[in-house]
Amino acid sequence: MADGPWRGFYCAFAVSMYSMFMWKVGRGRKKKGRGMTGKGELLHPGKDLSVLLTSLFLCSPADCAIKAMVKHEQEESPNRPDNTAFTQQRLPAWQPILSAGIVIPGFVLIGLAFIGVGVGLFITSRDVQVLELDYTGAVATDPCYKCSDPSIKDCGCTMEFHLDTLFKGPVVIYYGLNNYFQNQRKYGISKDDNQLYGDLDTFKSPATACSPYDYDGKRNPIVPCGALANSMFNDTFRLYRMVNGSKKEVPLNGKGIAWWTDQNVKYRNPNETPLINAFNGTVKPINWPKAAYELDTTDVYNNGFINQDFLVWMRRAALPDFRKLYRRITKDEYQAGLPAGNYSLEISYNYHVLSFKGKKKLVLSNVSWMGGKNDFLGIAYLVVGSLCVIMSIVMLIVYAKFKFPEED
Amino acid sequence: MARESEDTGMAKASKAKRQRKKKPKENKTRTVHANIHYDNAKGEENPNRHYATNKIKTTKYTVLSFLPKNLFEQFHRFANVYFVFIALLNFVPVVNAFQPELALAPVAFILSVTAIKDLWEDYRRHRSDKEINHMDCLVYSREDKRYVEKYWKEVHVGDFVRLRCNEILPADVLLLSSSDPDRLCHIETATLDGETNLKQRQVVRSFFELDCDFDPLKYSSIIECEKPNNDLNRFRGYIIHRSGRRDALYKENLLLRGCTVRNTEEAVGIVIYAGHETKAMLNNNGPRYKRSKLERQMNVDVFWCVIILLVMCLFAALGHGLWKFQYGDKRPVFDVLSPEGTDLSALMSAIYLFLTMIIVFQVLIPISLFVSIEIVKICQVYFIHQDMDLYDEETDSQLQCRALNITEDLGQMQYIFSDKTGTLTENKMVFRRCTVAGVEYSHDANARRIAMYQEIDSEEEECMSHGGTLPRRDSVTSHQSGRVVLRSHSTKSHRRTGSRAEAKRASILSKHTAFSSPMEKDITPDPQLLDKVNECSSQLDFMRFHRQPMSQLPSDLCDIIDFFIALTICNTVVVSSPNQPRHKVRTRFELKSPVKTIEDFIKRFTPSRLTSGSNSSSSSSLNRSSNKGCSSLLSSPSAESTLTKLNEEQLSSTLEQAFSPLAPCYDGKASGSPEEGELRYEAESPDEAALVYAARAYKCSLVGRLPDQVTVELPHLGKLTFELLHTLGFDSTRKRMSVVVRHPLTDQITVYTKGADSVIMDLIKAPDAGNSKGKRQKKIFFRTQSYLNLYAADGLRTLCIAKKILSKEEYARWLQHHLEAETAIQGREELLFESALRLETNLHLLGATGIEDRLQDGVPETIASLRKAGLQIWVLTGDKQETAVNIAYACKLLDPDEEMLTLNADSQEACAVLLEESLHYIQAKFFCSSGDQSTKTFQSNFAPFEMYPSSSLSTTSSHTSHFLVHRLGLVIDGRTLAYALDKSLEDKFLAVARSCRSVLCCRSTPLQKSMVVKLVRNKLKVMTLAIGDGANDVSMIQVADVGVGISGQEGMQAVMASDFALPRFRYLQKLLLVHGHWCYSRLANMILYFFYKNAMFVATVFWYQFYCGFSGSAMIDQWYLIFFNLMFSAFPQLITGTLDKDVSEETLQQLPQLYVNGQNSEEYKPYMFWMNMIDAFYQSLVCFFIPYFAYTDSDVDLFTWGTPITAIALFTILVHLGIETKTWTWMNWLSIAFSVALFFIVALCYNASCPTCYSPSNPYWTMQRLLQDPLFYLLCTITPVAALLPRYFYRSCQGTLFPSPVQVGRQLDKLPSDTRKNILSLSRVKMGSSLSPESPFLSLNKPKGSQNKQSSLLQTNKDRGQNSSSVPSYSEKHPSDIYPLAPSEQDISSYTRNSSRLYCEPKPHSTKDSHCLNETLQLSDLSLSSWIASTPLVTQTGSIHLNLPPDGASQCVKYTRSSEEGLCSDHVVQPAHRTVHVTEQALYTAL
Repeated sequence: MADGPWRGFYCAFAVSMYSMFMWKVGRGRKKKGRGMTGKGELLHPGKDLSVLLTSLFLCSPADCAIKAMVKHEQEESPNRPDNTAFTQQRLPAWQPILSAGIVIPGFVLIGLAFIGVGVGLFITSRDVQVLELDYTGAVATDPCYKCSDPSIKDCGCTMEFHLDTLFKGPVVIYYGLNNYFQNQRKYGISKDDNQLYGDLDTFKSPATACSPYDYDGKRNPIVPCGALANSMFNDTFRLYRMVNGSKKEVPLNGKGIAWWTDQNVKYRNPNETPLINAFNGTVKPINWPKAAYELDTTDVYNNGFINQDFLVWMRRAALPDFRKLYRRITKDEYQAGLPAGNYSLEISYNYHVLSFKGKKKLVLSNVSWMGGKNDFLGIAYLVVGSLCVIMSIVMLIVYAKFKFPEED
Repeated sequence: MARESEDTGMAKASKAKRQRKKKPKENKTRTVHANIHYDNAKGEENPNRHYATNKIKTTKYTVLSFLPKNLFEQFHRFANVYFVFIALLNFVPVVNAFQPELALAPVAFILSVTAIKDLWEDYRRHRSDKEINHMDCLVYSREDKRYVEKYWKEVHVGDFVRLRCNEILPADVLLLSSSDPDRLCHIETATLDGETNLKQRQVVRSFFELDCDFDPLKYSSIIECEKPNNDLNRFRGYIIHRSGRRDALYKENLLLRGCTVRNTEEAVGIVIYAGHETKAMLNNNGPRYKRSKLERQMNVDVFWCVIILLVMCLFAALGHGLWKFQYGDKRPVFDVLSPEGTDLSALMSAIYLFLTMIIVFQVLIPISLFVSIEIVKICQVYFIHQDMDLYDEETDSQLQCRALNITEDLGQMQYIFSDKTGTLTENKMVFRRCTVAGVEYSHDANARRIAMYQEIDSEEEECMSHGGTLPRRDSVTSHQSGRVVLRSHSTKSHRRTGSRAEAKRASILSKHTAFSSPMEKDITPDPQLLDKVNECSSQLDFMRFHRQPMSQLPSDLCDIIDFFIALTICNTVVVSSPNQPRHKVRTRFELKSPVKTIEDFIKRFTPSRLTSGSNSSSSSSLNRSSNKGCSSLLSSPSAESTLTKLNEEQLSSTLEQAFSPLAPCYDGKASGSPEEGELRYEAESPDEAALVYAARAYKCSLVGRLPDQVTVELPHLGKLTFELLHTLGFDSTRKRMSVVVRHPLTDQITVYTKGADSVIMDLIKAPDAGNSKGKRQKKIFFRTQSYLNLYAADGLRTLCIAKKILSKEEYARWLQHHLEAETAIQGREELLFESALRLETNLHLLGATGIEDRLQDGVPETIASLRKAGLQIWVLTGDKQETAVNIAYACKLLDPDEEMLTLNADSQEACAVLLEESLHYIQAKFFCSSGDQSTKTFQSNFAPFEMYPSSSLSTTSSHTSHFLVHRLGLVIDGRTLAYALDKSLEDKFLAVARSCRSVLCCRSTPLQKSMVVKLVRNKLKVMTLAIGDGANDVSMIQVADVGVGISGQEGMQAVMASDFALPRFRYLQKLLLVHGHWCYSRLANMILYFFYKNAMFVATVFWYQFYCGFSGSAMIDQWYLIFFNLMFSAFPQLITGTLDKDVSEETLQQLPQLYVNGQNSEEYKPYMFWMNMIDAFYQSLVCFFIPYFAYTDSDVDLFTWGTPITAIALFTILVHLGIETKTWTWMNWLSIAFSVALFFIVALCYNASCPTCYSPSNPYWTMQRLLQDPLFYLLCTITPVAALLPRYFYRSCQGTLFPSPVQVGRQLDKLPSDTRKNILSLSRVKMGSSLSPESPFLSLNKPKGSQNKQSSLLQTNKDRGQNSSSVPSYSEKHPSDIYPLAPSEQDISSYTRNSSRLYCEPKPHSTKDSHCLNETLQLSDLSLSSWIASTPLVTQTGSIHLNLPPDGASQCVKYTRSSEEGLCSDHVVQPAHRTVHVTEQALYTAL
């Protein structure tokens, strides 16, 4: 870690900083002004500054003169400063003065542009359909109330919902957690990146960051270690469409829900086949019903650490109320979206959030070019845009009243 | 040789040092034996072994000690400790927030940059030490029985060293022998004090008579002297000979390290102090560290930042505790147990979290702030250095910033304390006119000639470049045109050398001789006087030929010839020939008088006649200002002086062979021919030189000077050799110098005295009124006195010349005492002083001279514009009052339109009364609109601070300065100043002085100067700038907030002590008004911006705490968080901080009022910090919540959400800087583009670099994905706009509605140049003002019609008391009325009324000018009297003079109004015969 690349990078940066400055000074010098014939040679840019610095820091009366004497033997150039635009601080410059001529048109332009963007965004956002299904079961009337007791294992419940119109595709399914602090600092630290990168050494001795989720009571290393992995969301969902009273399962696509780089670069399974061999001598996280190598036994590329659900979970949410991508509906006749009708959602309820006043929900949404439904940005643009316009009007009044009669 | 034993010697030395430490030496002296008697210089038996060797080491570090010592030093800065503490906190696992190594990076970077800088400096020091240590010198070797070459570092105390001409002294050496026949050694002390004139040092008296070469082997004496100290002007000790005889040693015997031996072929001495114990090294003080006002203010706000930080941390800790507490026992899955598996209590987590938050929020106290400020300051210094306008072509010197860290103080000055001579004036003394025997010779031609020089100055350069071939001037008397003279001088050197650099060097060479510019040298004689001189000398010649007694000469002619002889010989000028600079001209003639009676006898007992002379010259250098004002010595700025030396070194090597067999004969050809004009005079002070040159113009020229004789060449008479019996040198208490000579013509012992008129006129023998001669004398006396006053009124420096003839008996009597004094060991100086006083009595007045010290170019303009800039200017000078006042008028320091208060008191009580009266006067005149109440408060409390507390005024009102300044000038003399500076009176004095627009302190000593500055600085809490050029200004320069040295004529001491060294006074204008303003506003804005920037950035993280359970989690990646300051946002602000110009240079100079901006700290007021903080919090809210809402209900992950916030914050911060940037050069654009690019490049590289590193963020590929997200761009567009909208709106409205003066200045900049000129010339700048009815700035310029109202002070006013409420009050209604307030009639009436209440009923005063009104008033119990003279001064000013005669003879308050004819003063003088001071004053006022 100590020889991480930041160090080298930093050095490089320092050097570039210095050379940048010197280049600037040098540029200033090269642009020699008129009439400086006496001093033909181009000094090293840093020279003057260094001479200056020495004289400032070092000189003290008596010996200074002796030193200066010696120094002068080498330099014959007189003290005359360079007459360049840079040294004389006469670089051509734009001096904006916030006057009516600039400010008001600028404000109007910005305002109008923002209003335009805002309208576009707002319309886009309004087209996005969202359906949220809270299945926490906090209230007794909820269908999942029975499962909310942590003592009940392998509980399942069903939620029914109705779509009036076509839910345009592509539809994505999120699970959402509220009041869940995945961004808690210690929680976020509690993982071992090298372990998740497939480093077998760390299988034996997980990083201390994982503690107390690094070893179980019998000093067996936990793989994957850490609180983050340990607390992985493990509710599962099945969506059925009620067609003529019969349930027809809507195929959910679990591929590509995690970042491509996560699956292919950042996380790796140990280089052992079968995967289970790598996990010899380790135990599964305490909260996990099954070990990492059993997450998806059907698909090698979705098993172990590169299991998509695992990857999604491991990418910590920014805010305490968050959604995570669960599945996509892209297949078959649902490519265009979910048709209107009744649907049934079967939930296998394993994850308990009520102890910390959390909420769970399932969200069906379709996506636009700018992501999910979010009216805020459009409104923000509209507000800021109109503020600009209003300000420009205010300023126009101000200028008309005060500025213009003063022009004479 | 001894080099091998070096190391062991060193080891022993260090051992000895340790021993010495253990056992402090019992006695306070140092005993030096000759090393010649011991085998090894460091041997055990050598008594000198304890003393330091001559090896110097100025480095701070060794290889081993560098790291610990440097770190230790760096940790003296509190900020560094803080940052290291935070970085170390990261290593504690419970609280760590960042990767520990990463957290160390910034502080390590900062520390290592500083360390590298220190290392480099130290290396340079080491190299130069080495260079110096390895210089060669000749040391007597015991083994070789001869002088051998050794390195400097091998010289030990007790060694004999042989010094050759132009050699630099390796150590402090006691002079034992000199090749000079007079047993003198000349040294040049330029490296110590910058004075390039020669100083004489004498061989120790016991070795004086040694005729053969000094043989070290025969030396057996022991020297006992004082411990090493840093006083260059003191050395005391004894030399104890084997015989037991003791001889005293003085500073004249000591040659100091670093000086150069001149004019002396060879000298031998014994090393007394070596290495670090030499006086030169002990005087080495490192650069001082000053902290600027802005920085002090900044530190307060840094402290506030710490408070904010702690509050934030506390808040977060509390929040975290609560957050944890709410879950109770039901621990949620996302709350992690402690590593031990135990559950932390809410309290403990809160405590841990507090520490974590300190780490996370550390950016709030910006680590880069201090570094950035230093970088910006260095750049500012660089630009100031580079300014062409501050470069003086003539001396090839530019401004030097010697203090790095107070550039911005230049923009905040409120008081300027200036020296006069050499600072305001050129310190080029030019002889202007003289009066001899009561007849004035106006020297009109001379005046015309001088006037021509001014015109030529501009043309000269052209001539230079053409390299004309004008013929050389070959006669002193060819004075047709100064232009020819000047040109020939410049072209001569130019032609010879060709290249520019060489020309420069040549010109420096020609400057070798002090005070010998053509202007000073060539004096056009007054034809009338010239005739008389010729007549006189021809008569003398005739009489000598006919052996007639000289007394037959008419007395006026006699006076004339004596006058010129006095001018020529009564000085310490050394003559050298031009082709052989630094080689004394020796003209030794056989003494004409064959009979040597008493003289011979005397001579035997006066081995050192010069001692008193040189003694006092040393003290004069200290107290120079207090008497002559300028007995100064030529010097040059450091660069030049070193260059000079360099040349000399080169020269000497080539010249050495040519001159080494030193021919002590004077070139015969030169004598008697006009070629003598080529002789160079090296004078200690410029006015001495001026007088000698003046005498030479009358063909009365000094040809040679030896310790015992002076040779003068007179017309017709040829060379006359005066036997020099004594020189009683100049000193500041006597204010005169005398020479005792034997006149070769009359064979009489004659004393010639030259000195300040105030002292000489007292010593003139009172003429007996009986005979005609006495009447004539009296007439001469009064005439001379009136001419002296005239001269003083013209601003000339006056000197009186007098003589006295001693009878042999008188002389013998005096001599006896004098010899006793000279040989006395205890209190020698005092005895010599008394002896001199005894001699200088009953003088015969010969005449007086007027010497002009010309004002430097542009001084009046500079003072005027500095004053317009709201700066109070005080001039502290050693000159006498009249001269000072006139110079003050000449340089517009005093304004004819304004009143002048003159304070002269002779006692503490008198001073107290004077001050009180002045206070009443001022108060009555300017304050007392509301009658009694204010009077009472004022009386009860002289401390001005409660009357108008500066703090409240400065913040609440829009006044230009903290207090009220009136159109009043204050003149105070040194004696009164001494009383006024007393603890009991200083508040009163300040109360008076602060309300005066300008203050002039005359006759002030260096100590007083510094006391005044200190007083003003400490009591008024204002920013002070002291500017001076001489050694007498050093203390003042050091005391002031900013010390400026003029690297002009008087040596380097002022420059060495200063923070900034200017070649000329007028550069002060640009330095303060332009650079000061820029530096201040740049830095102030940058600091504010810094605070804003960090607060804004950190606050976003703070807001996030509300959404992460106050867990100390940051959505901004640790890299961004740590490097944000150091990298991403560092450059633009540096560029802006370095290059931004709020107002153009031209406008700043033309509109000095803009300087008030800095004086009142308007760019950075305390509230601005909070405004910025509020703005920062607002902006951070916007920057946080726009992304927050934009990403609610999305599946965004922590850092995908945090990175846009970083980017947004960066954009906002940069655009914010853009709003604050006033000038956009390509560098600004570039730096901003660079910052943005850098952020993205770094982010992209960082996010692509390592998939598993950088826990906990693992930002792998985040940025890359973000760049594909349209939302990111949308956020980056709207957030900065929304965040900066208020500020932008405010700024643009402010520019229109209530523009600050600076903004008005900027608007002015935008106008076309001719329009701008028109507006400025109107000086009632209206721009942007119609919106601001009460802009204080504009009202400043309004020329008040009432100013012209001349009102005579004591005029009885018919309307008195009427409408006194209409006297301007200081409400904000009339800010214009407060500053330049003209005395209005109501004010005066109120004063009269007040004074009448205080004393008694005033009689109605006549308004006629020619009346002298006397009014007797009882003044409490004090037996004092005061003179209040209100006269129209030379300049027709109403002024009050408050003079208190010391004797209290007449108890009266005298209101005097004297006439133009002026001689009414005669009878005023009579009662106070002893106090000529008053006479002078009265005379002066009469004129």
